[in-house]
Amino acid sequence: MNATAAASAAPSAAASTVLAVNNIEVIYDHVILVLKGVSLTVPEGGIVALLGANGAGKSTTLKAISNLLAAERGDVTKGSIEFRGTRVDKLTANELVRMGVCQVMEGRHCFQHLTVEENLLTGAFTRKQSRGELAAALESVYHYFPRLKQRRASQSGYTSGGEQQMTAIGRALMARPTMILLDEPSMGLAPQIVEEIFGIVQDLNRKERVSFLLAEQNTMVALRFAHYGYILENGRVVMDGEASDLSTNEDVKEFYLGLSTAGRKSFRDVKHYRRRKRWLA
Amino acid sequence: MAFFIETLIGGLLSGVMYALVALGFVLIYKASGVFNFAQGALVFFAAATFVGLLETGLPFWLAIVATLAAMVVVGLATERFVLRPLVNQPQITLFMVTIGLTFFLEGLTQMIWGSQPRALDIGIEDVPVEWLIERFNISVSRFDVFAASVALVLFAVLAVFFQKTRIGRALRAVADDHQAAMSIGIPLQQIWGIVWAAAGFVALVAGIMWGARNGVQFALTFTALKALPVLILGGFESIPGAILGGLIIGAIEKLAEVYVGPMFGGGIESWVAYIVALMFLLVRPEGLFGEKHIDRV
Ligand SMILES: Nc1ncnc2c1ncn2[C@@H]1O[C@H](COP(=O)(O)OP(=O)(O)OP(=O)(O)O)[C@@H](O)[C@H]1O
Ligand SMILES: [Mg+2]
Repeated sequence: MNATAAASAAPSAAASTVLAVNNIEVIYDHVILVLKGVSLTVPEGGIVALLGANGAGKSTTLKAISNLLAAERGDVTKGSIEFRGTRVDKLTANELVRMGVCQVMEGRHCFQHLTVEENLLTGAFTRKQSRGELAAALESVYHYFPRLKQRRASQSGYTSGGEQQMTAIGRALMARPTMILLDEPSMGLAPQIVEEIFGIVQDLNRKERVSFLLAEQNTMVALRFAHYGYILENGRVVMDGEASDLSTNEDVKEFYLGLSTAGRKSFRDVKHYRRRKRWLA
Repeated sequence: MAFFIETLIGGLLSGVMYALVALGFVLIYKASGVFNFAQGALVFFAAATFVGLLETGLPFWLAIVATLAAMVVVGLATERFVLRPLVNQPQITLFMVTIGLTFFLEGLTQMIWGSQPRALDIGIEDVPVEWLIERFNISVSRFDVFAASVALVLFAVLAVFFQKTRIGRALRAVADDHQAAMSIGIPLQQIWGIVWAAAGFVALVAGIMWGARNGVQFALTFTALKALPVLILGGFESIPGAILGGLIIGAIEKLAEVYVGPMFGGGIESWVAYIVALMFLLVRPEGLFGEKHIDRV
């Protein structure tokens, strides 16, 4: 698949598209315009990275998709969101989880006073299943996260940041999603743990065919594991492309990886670059 | 010594009754952060409805089931029509709303069942347990023992419900982090509805016990005020705290009345609990079992 084909979002037409976000606008508190027309697609079995600096609107995009905005007085005022060809922007979070889309929120949000295993079990809330099926689901999560099995009886609030991130992902898996919206899994974690977690994400993607939309500030790592990437700036997509192309792109290197072949540029150049990028996008 | 123990046991047993009311508060506060001032009015409503139904000639168990159904309806309706439209509003707004709800429920109860006090006889007499008198020379009311046992069974049922069931786990999850709960598909409104219904159930048990002890009358709504010191002591978010707080307040009230009361010319039972609560507030504002915030990044 080449970059332009994936970028020109053809909603529901392409059979392999799991998620299509078409030109959405998000407003908080009726006045704060945060997303100014964001479009992106996630193909079946893809890992798509949503990159950008603090406050670019990554989390807002994910919450718009998972319908968690209402609780923060946010509202999708324009555009549409389709999951497997069905409009989902008016559903509740509960209905969306039942359809197979689950969000792992930024900052993990484990249930602190519940044990690790209880956290996982709450993830299965929307599924009506027998005790046997539930136990099997737990085992399969423990298969991917052996550390969680060791800590299963610990209160989640007392486990490490990495373990909490694993708990949060495992909890989402218990809902048997086909698509996971993963918000900043690397936040505040040591590099080895980040590697470990991304490795598991890749595993889940390959073996369980879970598609991922991944919001990350850690551009370098995200582009290594993702197939495709979108760069968000100030509520707009300013660039998108194959992950391998993005990670070799000079602008991306300059702004998001802090690398540059031509040495450090002046702030004026940076501004010029940014402007040019907007126009190009 | 026998007298001290007798007083202590009497206090603990009445403390269980306080805990019963405090529990209703804790359930709703834990799950939705609303301090439900109307819990006392719910107790009154439950007791009056139960007696009223008994008077119409309904058999005991049928009356219980019918009242329970009424409590669940009131609980669900409160969540649906009063609190849901106000979601995301400041806590003080929600608190004011529950005060409004208190007056509404009080008025409704008196409109349906009249305002005259009525006796409620559940067939357990308020006489000392003979066995304890013969054996230890301690006089403990049979009714108190019965009421405490019922409360303990209720506590046990709730504990199992919270710890072992899918819904119970979801309730604790919502109490911990309602955003995360939503993100994995737990419907908050459904959970709040269940919590209100559960609080209604607890109010029914409290209403029957208090009503049978003191008569079914308007004063039952003031049981809410009795629960306040218990909550301060036990913490607003802790079920074990509500139980332990109830026991402590009950014991202190009775012991203080008997041993300290004479110094003040008696009658301190009605306010000593508040003094204790105030002193406690200065030392441990989060209560005995107020949820520890786990700070760790
Ligand atoms: N509930 C809210 N009310 C008002 N403004 C908000 C709200 N949530 C986010 N914003 C604003 O929306 C913008 C985008 O926020 P968002 O959290 O989506 O950014 P982000 O890309 O996820 O950033 P980060 O990398 O820091 O997580 C920010 O300017 C933020 O201040
Ligand atoms: Mg974010």
